[in-house]
Amino acid sequence: MDRDQAPQPQDVYRKPLPVITPLNKPFWDYALQSVFALQFCARCGDAHLPPSPVCPKCLSEDQSWKPASGRGTLESWADFHRAYWDGFKEELPYRTCLVKLDEGPLIISNLIGDDAKTKIGARLRVTFERVTEEIAIPKFVLD
Amino acid sequence: MPEFNNLRNRVAVVGVGTTAYGSFPETDEYGLAAEAFRNALEDCKLDKSKIDGLLTCRIPSYSRMGEVLGLDPRWTITLPGHGRMSGMGLIEATIALATGQANYVALLYANIGRSRRVFYGGDESPGYWDPWGFTSPGAGHAMMFRRHMELYGTNTRQLAEVSVAFREHARLNPMAVMKAPMTIDDHEASRPIVTPLRLLDYCLINDGAVCLILTTKERAADLVKPPVLVSGFGGREAYCTASIENFQFDFWYDQVSASANDAFAMADVGVKDVDALMCYDNFSPTVLFSLEGLGFCERGEGGAFVEGGALKLGGRLPTNTDGGHLSNSYMQGWALNVEAVRQLRGECGARQIPDCEVITYAQATPCTRVIVYTRA
Repeated sequence: MDRDQAPQPQDVYRKPLPVITPLNKPFWDYALQSVFALQFCARCGDAHLPPSPVCPKCLSEDQSWKPASGRGTLESWADFHRAYWDGFKEELPYRTCLVKLDEGPLIISNLIGDDAKTKIGARLRVTFERVTEEIAIPKFVLD
Repeated sequence: MPEFNNLRNRVAVVGVGTTAYGSFPETDEYGLAAEAFRNALEDCKLDKSKIDGLLTCRIPSYSRMGEVLGLDPRWTITLPGHGRMSGMGLIEATIALATGQANYVALLYANIGRSRRVFYGGDESPGYWDPWGFTSPGAGHAMMFRRHMELYGTNTRQLAEVSVAFREHARLNPMAVMKAPMTIDDHEASRPIVTPLRLLDYCLINDGAVCLILTTKERAADLVKPPVLVSGFGGREAYCTASIENFQFDFWYDQVSASANDAFAMADVGVKDVDALMCYDNFSPTVLFSLEGLGFCERGEGGAFVEGGALKLGGRLPTNTDGGHLSNSYMQGWALNVEAVRQLRGECGARQIPDCEVITYAQATPCTRVIVYTRA
């Protein structure tokens, strides 16, 4: 399991990057523009995340991406004290969160903000962390 | 009443076999499963030639398994190595036997995760939420338990009651992997992994294998051990947030509750008739969620229910009397079903539940199953 212990340049991003597929590419393209987008069904209006080849409600193939509110409520959080990837070692413990987006879907993300306000039902808004030339990762802050 | 209710008490578990549990790098899944199979045949004194149904789980190839055991069955099912297949497998085997597709089914499970150094997270099991560092089955349970704490005021000392009770049982089980004494304070002081969960909320990773042999109630009468009847079962899946591994927003409450209603109605027993619970415990919070869904306590009151050693032998609801996944062995539900059989036969020695007649097995997972076993 031992990785190369040689010092890494500061500008090399060592955490896992999203696996871009034709299905999820619009999500990451919008994110690079600091826009939080969701896949919507053109037929029934359902919003879903992760994206799907057909609408999980009505099975329509007619799906499109649109900017969403980027807002939601905090439903839970969990703090990692173990690094499953070496890239996370430096920032242990780090906080992951479960957000119910105003459009309906759940998203897992990271929560930025102080402990005292971290409560179920807290209002959150998206922020973007630019990690490479091609990728900006949406995270959430207490509103 | 679902039509499958007429399968009540039609099929029995007649033979059970297990291996030692630990780290066995010198063998593989086939070697471990063969040992469990031999032990199960010996347990019921059944001749191998009678086995005409084969179910394999977490074993790479069902056909190679058949070759190793010298079996040409007329019915085969293979299940993936997910920790939710044991309940499904037992129900499928019951249906196959009741409908005459096989007369004697051997269900084989082997796990060599310890020797193969399986970690259950990171690059080993890529997931949608990796860019946020969210990985591993334990993380889903941590997320659920934090939610349970916030919604219902549940606390980690209540969670500790689960791990402590099962460890106490493991200390009475000669086969169990973990036998060091454990207190609530030990639990609270153990290494944080994904908080609110700590090391002692996580199941073991060990090698081993399990075999159960099932047949019809009529054929069971000719074998040496008292048959344990499959009296009721029910199931519900929860796939609609499957990208968040091992997670359900409402703690699988509706799934467990519906599965339990079906299983108890089919078996014609109530929650009050249950002498012991064998509860899937990959992570300790699942036990609280299961107790609520099964109806042993009100929704949200799982934490209060387990206080004061309620899950220990002699307590209100003896649970996982072999030590469970947390302290006995990580056989993904299969060994818990074996423990149900051994308890109902009265073979459990120091950990035997007196006058044990009805045992419920439950797995609160994306594939929720509840099975009711009774003594014939």
